[in-house]
Amino acid sequence: MAFKQHSVLPGFGLSLGYTLLYLSIIVLLPLTALVVKSSDLTWTAFWAAVADPRVVATYKVTFGASAIAATLNLFAGLLLAWVLVRYPFPGKRLIDALVDLPFALPTAVAGIALATLYAPNGWLGQYLDPLGIKVAFTPLGIVVALTFVTLPFVVRTVQPVLEDLEHELEEAAASLGATRWQIFWKVILPMLLPALLTGFALAFARAVGEYGSVIFIAGNMPFVSEITPLMIISKLEQYDYLGATAIAVVMLVVSFALLFIINGLQWWSAKRLGRRK
Amino acid sequence: MIKRASALLVALALVAQPALADVTLLNVSYDVMRDFYKDYNPVFAKYYEAKFKDKVTIQQSHGGSSKQARSVIDGLEADVVTMNQSLDIDAIVDKGKQVNAGWEKKLPNEASPFSSLQVLIVRKGNPKAIRDWNDLVKPGVQIIVPNPKTSGNGRYTYLAAWGYAAKLPGGNDAKARDFVTALFKNVPVLDSGGRAATTTFMQRQIGDVLITFENEAEMIAREFGRGGFEVVYPSISIDADLPVAVVDKVVDKKGTRKAAEEYLKYLWSPEGQTVAAQNYLRPRDAGVAAKFAKQFPAVKLFTVADFGGWAKAQKTHFDDGGIYDQIAAKVAGK
Repeated sequence: MAFKQHSVLPGFGLSLGYTLLYLSIIVLLPLTALVVKSSDLTWTAFWAAVADPRVVATYKVTFGASAIAATLNLFAGLLLAWVLVRYPFPGKRLIDALVDLPFALPTAVAGIALATLYAPNGWLGQYLDPLGIKVAFTPLGIVVALTFVTLPFVVRTVQPVLEDLEHELEEAAASLGATRWQIFWKVILPMLLPALLTGFALAFARAVGEYGSVIFIAGNMPFVSEITPLMIISKLEQYDYLGATAIAVVMLVVSFALLFIINGLQWWSAKRLGRRK
Repeated sequence: MIKRASALLVALALVAQPALADVTLLNVSYDVMRDFYKDYNPVFAKYYEAKFKDKVTIQQSHGGSSKQARSVIDGLEADVVTMNQSLDIDAIVDKGKQVNAGWEKKLPNEASPFSSLQVLIVRKGNPKAIRDWNDLVKPGVQIIVPNPKTSGNGRYTYLAAWGYAAKLPGGNDAKARDFVTALFKNVPVLDSGGRAATTTFMQRQIGDVLITFENEAEMIAREFGRGGFEVVYPSISIDADLPVAVVDKVVDKKGTRKAAEEYLKYLWSPEGQTVAAQNYLRPRDAGVAAKFAKQFPAVKLFTVADFGGWAKAQKTHFDDGGIYDQIAAKVAGK
């Protein structure tokens, strides 16, 4: 692969330079500062901060709940995008706008609203509580909050791709005798897969770092429903800046690794479809 | 148009008050002090203007006590800090060097103009018959307390419960530890701050008892009405002193030292103490205290000094791996 791209429009060098500069200032610089700050720690101290059993319990809660929330939205998001793209119905515009609402809400507002809704005396909680389903102040509540906050990601990444899908492909498949299920499974889904993965990755990454919406509904019980960002906050409460950055670095590394893997998957699935040269 | 108007305003100001300088102070404070300073600031401004012929404007910033201290350490230019534990001001001394050491000696009462204490707030009619600390560890009693790891309010509660058990006849640290463990076994939710705990208890109707500052009880009454809860004064509680300090580095840079020092000193005046008492903060001034005696039932108090001071208490109990962490692990069955 030659580094120099020949396209009709000039300006590759300039635009790439600009891209790298912008990314450096906006993304890499703060993250570098974070890593550099944590490098003041000895390995032992770093390890003590990040491998404490209570902190490890929060990794499980945070990454586990984020994975569940992102997976739920993978399916729900696909369904929503499908309905919004494929069927005309009254109030479509409104539903479309509603999808973005979790984006626009301050997370604390979302958290307080959800906690109010699912508390044992809340609108929904009062019916769930007698059934023995406890949502507020349990890990389940964390999943609910994360699912709410990350809803738009899958919908918004899949929607444009679905809109661009050519109907001719489906018609061709149907004329060749494919069943509807086969059309979906073998024609449509492979086309959507890269977008679905992107949406999943974005939702997951956002959920991992979520604090405001979760803290009100989690209950924050040690070893049960504490999230990793809360550990960072409680380190800061002790003026333990280094311990806080150590945990932040772990979150950063794990998130980046996961994003990298998902990006790789997406790359691979797109290549299989012959989209990229 | 705007230019013309502002020029006119400036001209008017020059004509009207030739000798009036305008000082602006930033008071960085913690959450629940919002209501008190809202009342105190105009009272102080009036006094200051009458005495020095200078206008003073006070800006407020509120948040969790330690979070606010961190903002000051990181460079928020506060003229004064008003916190809920001396540890937070000590942190500014140690880490940011914006406050000079010895701040607690510059004002009376260890620089804390008023105090509060931890009280037990129960549902109307006290259905669980909560009278004192020992009723909290009964099975089936749910207690709402803010997280001692993230809230000064929660730390005071923990120390109050510890002190109660340690000071019982035959009490000692081992018994106190068991008592506090039993207490935290009854805590279903750990909110990150005092206000959030109040919301959980009053709005979501979770728990039988909320443990919080006495002045927060008054806030609850104003917010939710007086019909929904009762305040139970335990036999013994902890004296939560609420310290204040001038941020030396900032006032010297901005030239606001005089106003900042007056602002804090006036907290001890009968006027300042009266505003405090009206906000259910226990006044230091004997005259004001006598006037409001009905409002503040006498409770036997001990202080954080019994734990060797805040720095030591923090290290022993609340730092990572400290006794509270061990208790939390035990409660979680780890």
